[in-house]
Amino acid sequence: MTEVRELRITPIRNGTVIDHIGNGLALDVLRIIGARGLDKDSTVSVALHVRSGKLGWKDIVKVENMELSPRKVNAIALIAPTATISIIRDFKVQSKHPVDLPETIVGVVSCPNPNCISNQGEPIESEFRLSRKRPVQLTCVFCERTLDDFLSHLV
Amino acid sequence: MSLRGRDVISIRDLSKEEIAEILVAARKMIPFAEGKKVTHPLEDRIVAMAFFEPSTRTRLSFESAVQRLGGRCITIADAAATSMRKGESLSDTVQMLTSYSDAIVIRHPNEGSAQLAARVSPKPIINAGDGAGQHPTQTLADLATMQEAFGTLTGLKVVLLGDLRYGRTVHSLAYALAVFGAEIVLTSPPELRLPRELRAELEGMGAKVSEESDVRKAVRDADVLYVTRIQKERFGDEGEYRKVAGSYRIDPHILSEAKPRLVVLHPLPRAGEIVPEVDSMSHASYFRQAFLAVPVRMALLSSVLAHGRGE
Repeated sequence: MTEVRELRITPIRNGTVIDHIGNGLALDVLRIIGARGLDKDSTVSVALHVRSGKLGWKDIVKVENMELSPRKVNAIALIAPTATISIIRDFKVQSKHPVDLPETIVGVVSCPNPNCISNQGEPIESEFRLSRKRPVQLTCVFCERTLDDFLSHLV
Repeated sequence: MSLRGRDVISIRDLSKEEIAEILVAARKMIPFAEGKKVTHPLEDRIVAMAFFEPSTRTRLSFESAVQRLGGRCITIADAAATSMRKGESLSDTVQMLTSYSDAIVIRHPNEGSAQLAARVSPKPIINAGDGAGQHPTQTLADLATMQEAFGTLTGLKVVLLGDLRYGRTVHSLAYALAVFGAEIVLTSPPELRLPRELRAELEGMGAKVSEESDVRKAVRDADVLYVTRIQKERFGDEGEYRKVAGSYRIDPHILSEAKPRLVVLHPLPRAGEIVPEVDSMSHASYFRQAFLAVPVRMALLSSVLAHGRGE
């Protein structure tokens, strides 16, 4: 089995591994990572529908030569709350931690209320407070509207 | 107590004690609001009235409050006459007003606008209605009217009638009633029920909340009937709107079974929810409610502005 695993998910020298992504969510995670910020020599590997002891099935995304900004980590935490993020340096896992949301989330998702002042082109960023942890619910600090569908409101 | 320098964006910004003290101070302001006595705690203070959407009652009662306290107003009464028409942001407009005044009273069609103003400006911001959001001084006026009629808010049985789903005043009021231990009866068409989360919150605060779709039954043993406007745009078709609006119209016949001391309130303007024949009944308290908005706003403004310079 080890051989098969390695074929599927090859190790990377430097970069980020986002593991334990809920089944079917890898492409959304990719959307958050974005292609534009990638190093020209980076390779992105995606594994869909991988056996997982914890989740049953999971997705994995590996990005070479890239570490994620806190905003991107927050966005991933919103849509894939079970994910873990490992930073790889010289083939070694430097750090590995589950995604965790801060109390305040700025500039990651937009307010679902079209009449909210944060959607009117004012020189401000969207801002939410974490109003519930499980399942995650955010509340807009401007208009108090709650949000639990994050995918369609990613900035 | 002093709210010196504080923003008042939502009724939730005020503690129970602070609300109670504003109501006491408002009561003392009545002779000044009526012009029978003179006071000038806001002498030399300038309050900006930033009204970006039409309002008669709210703006005029705030202006009256400032002037009764000896202060002066600078007023934007029509957003179309400002640079916002040229594309100036609200943030920039608020920055400008901050340098021209000691406090800003803001009404704006977008939810969250008063919160934005509070972030931009170091001067106190008083929310006079942000879209379908908050309108805390309306709630204070509602409470003041009930308090004046009954001497207390605790234990009152208050029927909230009409659009309980979208109505901005009714959500803040329901919250404040729960804070003071009033009993809340919800009477609305099914499509305009109070949001479930809000009801759960009120119950979580220990409030007794019930539903009664029959207006007549709801009114029978109520102390307060709070009527709100049912807006046509909430309904898909005109016929449905007429049917619903008609079944929630308050007339002398509906009130015939009410307690003699029942108080009928409405944040106004009304659009047929209370027929004019009710105006002459002892229950009608909505014009008193509109007047009490002045001493309430005086109490709030003098607390936020009067002592010290707020720097």
